[in-house]
Amino acid sequence: MGIHVIKMPDLGEGIAEVEVVAWHVQPGDTVREDQVLADVMTDKATVEIPSPVAGTITSLGGAIGQSLAVGAELIRLEVAGAGNISADKARKEPVQSGAATAPAEEVAEPQLEAVAAHASAAPAPAQAPAAAPVKPAPAKSAPARATSGAQLRADGEKPLAPPAVRQRAWDLGVELQFVPGSGPAGRITHADLDAHVAGRRGGAAGGAMDERYAEQHGEHATQIIGLRRKIAEKMQEAKRNIPHFTYVEEVDVTELEALRLQLNARYGKERGKLTLLPLLMRAVVLALRSYPMMSARYDDEANTLTTYDAAHIGIAAQTESGLMVPVVRHAESRDPWSSAAEIARLAEAARSGKATRDELTGSTITITSLGALGGIVTTPVINRPEVAIVGVNRIVDRPVIRDGAMVARKMMNLSSSFDHRVIDGMVAAQFVQSIRGYLEFPATLFVE
Amino acid sequence: METINTTLLIIGGGPAGYVAGIRAGQLGIPTVLVEGAQPGGTCLNIGCIPSKALIHAADEYAKTVHYAAQTSPLGIRVDATSIDLEKTVAWKDGIVKRLTGGVGALLKKQGVRVIRGWARVLDGKTVEVQPHEGSGQEPVRIRCEHLLLASGSHAVELPFMPFGGPVISSTEALSLREVPRRMVVVGAGYIGLELGTAFRKLGSQVTVVEAAERILPAYDADLVKPVASSLERLGVDVRLATSVLGMEGERVKVRDASGVEAYLEADRVLVAVGRKPATTGWGLEHLMLDMNGRAVKVDEQCRTSMRNVWAIGDLTGEPMLAHRAMAQGEMVAEIIAGKRRWFHPAAIPAVCYTDPEIVVAGMSPSEAAEAGIDAISASFPFSANGRAMTIESTDGFVRVVARKDNHLILGWQAVGVGVAELAAGFTQSIELGAQLEDVARTIHAHPTLGEAVQEAALRALGHALHI
Repeated sequence: MGIHVIKMPDLGEGIAEVEVVAWHVQPGDTVREDQVLADVMTDKATVEIPSPVAGTITSLGGAIGQSLAVGAELIRLEVAGAGNISADKARKEPVQSGAATAPAEEVAEPQLEAVAAHASAAPAPAQAPAAAPVKPAPAKSAPARATSGAQLRADGEKPLAPPAVRQRAWDLGVELQFVPGSGPAGRITHADLDAHVAGRRGGAAGGAMDERYAEQHGEHATQIIGLRRKIAEKMQEAKRNIPHFTYVEEVDVTELEALRLQLNARYGKERGKLTLLPLLMRAVVLALRSYPMMSARYDDEANTLTTYDAAHIGIAAQTESGLMVPVVRHAESRDPWSSAAEIARLAEAARSGKATRDELTGSTITITSLGALGGIVTTPVINRPEVAIVGVNRIVDRPVIRDGAMVARKMMNLSSSFDHRVIDGMVAAQFVQSIRGYLEFPATLFVE
Repeated sequence: METINTTLLIIGGGPAGYVAGIRAGQLGIPTVLVEGAQPGGTCLNIGCIPSKALIHAADEYAKTVHYAAQTSPLGIRVDATSIDLEKTVAWKDGIVKRLTGGVGALLKKQGVRVIRGWARVLDGKTVEVQPHEGSGQEPVRIRCEHLLLASGSHAVELPFMPFGGPVISSTEALSLREVPRRMVVVGAGYIGLELGTAFRKLGSQVTVVEAAERILPAYDADLVKPVASSLERLGVDVRLATSVLGMEGERVKVRDASGVEAYLEADRVLVAVGRKPATTGWGLEHLMLDMNGRAVKVDEQCRTSMRNVWAIGDLTGEPMLAHRAMAQGEMVAEIIAGKRRWFHPAAIPAVCYTDPEIVVAGMSPSEAAEAGIDAISASFPFSANGRAMTIESTDGFVRVVARKDNHLILGWQAVGVGVAELAAGFTQSIELGAQLEDVARTIHAHPTLGEAVQEAALRALGHALHI
């Protein structure tokens, strides 16, 4: 029998650390060749690590949420034959050797709990960790009792309860001062406590015990790991480094919507239905021709602004575990139907956690839309190192004055943020006005 | 140096520390307890237990003297009477040894590791223990997650009359090899009166000097009266409103309220002017904990101002009582084990083993009035209690204090022979939230002193039966 060590693979340029987001195996498990062992996450992509050999897992290289250096030991198996490491070295090399960022002793424990929470559920790659429930266990159920006659005590008066009731209240996390006592002299009985707990859990409760106004004392800690931690870091960096400014303009999309409905009625069956998004993407592509500095990546450490002739448009997508930004590459080369199909494919890949690293990186400008929940104004956060993000608000019917008469039009706001270090306000305004022009005269989307 | 790692480290094996240790052991918390002397602390070694043993011996001896004087109406005659104090002290030491040995066994049974030696706090998680000289053991370092301070208290020393020579504290008074001919007791609190009375009964001439206007200043005047008359009957010379100025040779110099100075001859001077938390000499100051006067400040879960450093017992100040310390110790162990607990007793009883005994639990009438509560109170005298007559002690009474509106019992006080045992019922009724009616409708056994408890409640309700 030999020892086979799997190291953290190099997952791409400039990646030094990779976070473990799920273990699919535990020490003691027997695995086949190509069986998926773990999910690890880089900048944005979640990658599955398959086993190159068959064997038995002897140790894991870290806890879920822990970042391991590329080349660090990820997993150790016992295999038939020689293995890839000499027995002598196997003894010497500590199991945790790769954990360059091994957490301090004090935080090790919650991470191990997170592992346990995952292990039982065989989680999807980017599944959010279950928050450890900290609610006190409810007491044995008891029917809510009529508490008429029970009263809360006067201000400053201490609740009166025998020691056994007090101890049970502590165990239940109930503050006795909010429990009416039905006993003589306002004494709180076990039955009073049962009724209070039943009421607190949503049962019928009457009198002075009004659960709608009950004070809440729960605190629920959640480990910010995996995708959520990446999002947190990205957002923090964007907001810390980029002086944002947001420009909001309203767009009359009456014509665009009419055209979209016509196109869908006519070509919907064969080409697929269009939403507003692919049309907006086309408008952005066309506006970029006049404002190429908007399709850019700004390396603020090297003081280099790289603009791209291509339009790699990131589409912010909500997934179960949080925000992801799949990228429609070369949007300038796609017609609206092709864009629509690509958006649908990428969104599905992101939601199912199967998006590749290439599909999640390399955007040069981003569009963010919450659809019907778009609101009237948003202040989008730039997808660093890009310099612009276009936010779509919802479409509403509004009264508009046209030729001196009030008419109903479909109106939509665009809320767009820019990196003020490299984009001036005037240019940003002109860029948005250009997009608006294309959207308000939709024929131009297909002509230019 | 050997380093021991543990979850809970307890400094001090008195009632606070050893109870915390036992409970922690029961709850499966890895626990180390450091004790410099014998387990059991002040209470078992030099306090509650030995003093009660000595008081009992003194009472028994006083009875024989009473019989020998042929004044007893019981018709008992004794011809000659004597006491071998050395033997008494040996008997007392036997009790102490049995109890401290029992504490050690209980700790061992629960898997608590007891390390003998003096602890020195290095930081909130590290303590070094210096073994006793000549024990042949190496010093050890202990690292812990939770540090529980239970170092107890010391007798307060008078700066102008330090302990040494004839000037002794209660510790030495409990180990005297012979009965002093003349004893001066400084301080008429419960410790001074308990021991002063005992030595008077053993044959000493006892003078008690107290700076306040009356004895037992912490208790109300009605309760103290039977004790004062008993002291007078026993021939204890009580000097109130008198200050001690110092020793001059074998005499204690005192000055009374009118400024007249006098000298009291003394073979032994027992200084019993109170106790203070043991906060110095073991590195406590390194922790820079918030203090409450001379005591370590704790919250209602016995947490100090430093995270995971806890303090219990006399170290946390008044009331310095073993049963309070034990309750705190048990609570802290449970909190560390993850249970939700608070130190919210409705009452902490207190007992004086004077002659006759005093017991209190909860509020006195004046304390209820100060708290702004409309209260009623009633007392029942032992002179109307059959059992009291049969044990020749009809002095004293039981008193109850209750709210006027809903008759909730707020407090109990009693003075009389053997009333300390009433503490259980008193405290239970308060903790359970009993009303006067609850006690009045409970059948109390006849003939017992406890009948006075029921009668006091009945009297507060306006219908006592036997008075």
